Amino acid sequence: MESLIGLLLAPPLLGAAVLLLGGRRLDRVGHWIGTALAATSFAVAVVLFADLLGRDAGDRTLTQHLYSWIPVGGFQADIAFRLDQLSMTFVLLITSVGTLIHLYSVGYMEHDERRRRFFGYLNLFLAAMLLLVLADNYLLLYVGWEGVGLASFLLIGFWQHKPSAATAAKKAFVVNRVGDIGLAIAILVMFTTFGTFAFGEVLPAAAEGGATETTMTLIGLMLLLAACGKSAQVPLQSWLGDAMEGPTPVSALIHAATMVTAGVYLIVRSGAIFEAAPDAQTAVIVVGAVTLIFGAIVGCAKDDIKKALAGSTMSQIGYMMLAAGLGPIGFVFAIMHLVTHGFFKAGLFLGAGSVMHGMNDEVDMRRYGGLRRYMPVTFVTFGLGYLAIIGFPYLSGFFSKDEIIYAAFGRGGAQGWILGGVTLLGAGLTAYYMTRIMILTFFGEKRWQPDAAGNEPHPHESPRTMTIPMIVLAVGSVFAGFLFNLNHAFVDWLSPVTGIAEGDSPVSHLTVSIAATTVMLIGVAIAWLQYGRRPVPDHAPTGRWVTRAARRDLLQDDFNHAAFVLPGNYLTRGLVYVDHKLVDGVVNGTAAAFGGLSGRLRRVQNGYARSYAVSMFGGAALLIAVTLLMRAV
Amino acid sequence: MSPENYLHLAALLFTIGACGVLVRRNAIVVFMCVELMLNAGNLALVAFSRMHGNLDGQIMAFFVMVVAAAEVVVGLAIIVMLYRSRHSASVDDASLMKL
Amino acid sequence: MSTLTALAAETTTSGGEAAQFWILAPIAVAGGLGTVLMRRAVHSALCLAGTMIILALFYLANGAYFLGVVQIVVYTGAVMMLFLFVLMLVGVSAADSLKETLKGQRLLAAACGLGLGILLIAGIGQASVGSFTGLAEANANGNVQGLASLLFTRYVVAFEVTGVLLTIAAVGATLLTHRERIERNKSQREQAEERVRSGEQLPPLPAPGVYARHNAVDIPGLLPDGRPSDLSVNPTLRERGQVREVHEQALADLAAIERRTAEYQGRAVTVTPPRRAGDAAPADTTTGAGDERAHDAERAERDNGRDNGPDAAGEEARR
Repeated sequence: MESLIGLLLAPPLLGAAVLLLGGRRLDRVGHWIGTALAATSFAVAVVLFADLLGRDAGDRTLTQHLYSWIPVGGFQADIAFRLDQLSMTFVLLITSVGTLIHLYSVGYMEHDERRRRFFGYLNLFLAAMLLLVLADNYLLLYVGWEGVGLASFLLIGFWQHKPSAATAAKKAFVVNRVGDIGLAIAILVMFTTFGTFAFGEVLPAAAEGGATETTMTLIGLMLLLAACGKSAQVPLQSWLGDAMEGPTPVSALIHAATMVTAGVYLIVRSGAIFEAAPDAQTAVIVVGAVTLIFGAIVGCAKDDIKKALAGSTMSQIGYMMLAAGLGPIGFVFAIMHLVTHGFFKAGLFLGAGSVMHGMNDEVDMRRYGGLRRYMPVTFVTFGLGYLAIIGFPYLSGFFSKDEIIYAAFGRGGAQGWILGGVTLLGAGLTAYYMTRIMILTFFGEKRWQPDAAGNEPHPHESPRTMTIPMIVLAVGSVFAGFLFNLNHAFVDWLSPVTGIAEGDSPVSHLTVSIAATTVMLIGVAIAWLQYGRRPVPDHAPTGRWVTRAARRDLLQDDFNHAAFVLPGNYLTRGLVYVDHKLVDGVVNGTAAAFGGLSGRLRRVQNGYARSYAVSMFGGAALLIAVTLLMRAV
Repeated sequence: MSPENYLHLAALLFTIGACGVLVRRNAIVVFMCVELMLNAGNLALVAFSRMHGNLDGQIMAFFVMVVAAAEVVVGLAIIVMLYRSRHSASVDDASLMKL
Repeated sequence: MSTLTALAAETTTSGGEAAQFWILAPIAVAGGLGTVLMRRAVHSALCLAGTMIILALFYLANGAYFLGVVQIVVYTGAVMMLFLFVLMLVGVSAADSLKETLKGQRLLAAACGLGLGILLIAGIGQASVGSFTGLAEANANGNVQGLASLLFTRYVVAFEVTGVLLTIAAVGATLLTHRERIERNKSQREQAEERVRSGEQLPPLPAPGVYARHNAVDIPGLLPDGRPSDLSVNPTLRERGQVREVHEQALADLAAIERRTAEYQGRAVTVTPPRRAGDAAPADTTTGAGDERAHDAERAERDNGRDNGPDAAGEEARR
């Protein structure tokens, strides 16, 4: 069975190679090739999953050693895969959602002449993401990490003819590099400390206290930096909103369901390291909590449907980070929320894409309204995803989010109360902004307007290739949480890898559920009062300063500009000045001095025999003078 | 009358000839100035001969004359050649080595 | 000559020699200066010849009789003549101008000359020159015999080498000035055709002095319209800037004669009042600077005249 692991990766990798190198003759079938290969990968994943289920709980870790990549003395880097319950969960999520989104893209990208290339990139992304979660050591994980970064860059900037898309791609790339440096440093420190970076050796060593707490804190913080970059957590969150410039399937797959959750995977995978570094763990919790509220506030203010959903994604990943920071109390629930979120957020994005597809790519929700009659399937699937994300009882979000809130209270003491309060507040905000999106898009009056070219939008239901994935994802959104919670199936499945612990929560499960539902209902009610009862203005009202700041992503770009860009500019300008005046001055001065000297000396060589004769006679006179002087002395 | 007088005269003529070489542009005049310098040298040699009381100085002067004659022949031939190809006897015109 | 001989034979210098020296030396220096400073190369050559003759006298006074004679015969006689020949061959050119073209050359040359002179004289002053030993003993058997015995004994190798050098110089000079014909001489016909093709002056050049009421070669002839033609004067004179102007009065006289002739014959006055060539092209005929332009103007005039002027008629007749 182990040999099948490599087979998981092979199809999308092959697909990327074939589609990107195959040229135009694959234009007509390229999308189906890509989808078929993604589906193959999913099929292999299902086979492996069945195999894992057939084994004992303690024997569910498969490894495949392909070959030694860099064997140099004590330095051993292998191309080796590790499939355990955690990886398997991710593999299933990636391949299933990935396949669905491939299918969706067939319809969504139908009119794009570069569709083949798009599918090549998607396959490349799948391969890199699978490599990331299957890697047996941090170095290989880093390869996958960079691979998804590359695919993300290519896909955000897929419509490169739009300057905004090209800029967004560059922004995502650069911000991700900051995080990647963190990961690189973490790996290097790991290697100097433990002499290896294989999961199987580093994590037990970390758990046994193989290094000082300071080192572990350093590694932990660097891993957190990496996770922040990839998962768009404060302070490296600024790229995610702009990344919505990419095609919607990309937003659904990469920037909602899979890639952005890689940070959570990294932290859960490195759980042993964080256990050994409580300070780093606290930092993870703080980052998660801050992002949870930050993303929610941004999501409340945006009028662009995709950017509102992006804010929501940030906020939901904040939940996961918070849970992952709680340690074994939260690891399982972080992953559970990750999976359910993968389903409903992908579904929501696909729904948003479907709406845009029918509305001439209009993204401003204030131009929507009353679409439920025109796009019934989209409305129903989006609605189910909406109910799932706000935590409507017995839908998937309800289970996973309540568990996280419960785990937050489980932190204990004042911290537990604060974290519980924050997560509850987040739940209320989630309910508010999701209801807002729902009402603005599907209810109320029609607010459509002709676009810049004067085309009146004709909302229509999307083709079958787009609706089927939406339906499947909606089904997943509805039932995943329930299935996971059936007999604690998910907890039992994952806990051998991540560990599980019972927090000392001051409140009971039932109390948390009631509180969460109440908060959710309050959020929905406020949103309905604000948008459902009153007509929605075409243009956003000015709003208070909070709203204005939230519309500008809570000034994140301004902050980055002031904190990094401006000092960088000044530093560069200073260095350029020093370079011009000092370094160049010395170099140019020397050159100019020699040049000037040569210019003068050259004039002596004027080619006139008489000038040479003068120097000759001068020389003769000099010789005589010297002779006389010598004699006189 | 001391040899110094003749030597001073020779030095003066030599210097005048040298200045002429430096200042004049007509190749023929330059040549004449060279001849003047040679003659100044000869005068000194003759004076030395008398000073030392032997004829070696005169022999030297004799050889100088012969060599000068040979030099004049070749030099003037060169000037004629130069004039033929450039239609100028100016030494400044033969400045192909100039940048 | 005998006085000089007697003077030279003495071991101590006499007052006569001093007088001779102080009279001749300034002349020699003046000749040297003249060589350097004279504008015309011929004058320079003459000054140099003078200096050489005086030097020959000094040789004689110093007991170098043979050299003195050789100096006159070979230098003044042969070498200087060679110079003059080459001067005639090369002719006058702008190189004669005393204007310095190289920046700072004069200053440097003066500095060098001054330095060199001072140093040489200082050197002479520093050396213990002493007094003349006299050549009485060396010249006992005669100066020429003394020289010969040295030349053919001690200096025989140098003498032979000098002979070789002279031979080489002779061959070299011949070789240098010899021009190898690599193509056949052009026939007269070919030359004529070439001239026609290049559009140069076809008819004979106008003669000087014609119509100018003057037969001197340095006065330009007048063209039919009364303007003086510089082409009629020898190019060498033009080069030297020695063309004399046609007098204003002569031009006016000519116009008057033409008018009177016309009145006498009872035909209309066709001759335009005489204009100076300078009116059309402000060229100064007496200096070389405007020559080219005057040339051009004249050539253009000729081309015009060829159509209907008397020149054309003359040409027709010549054919």
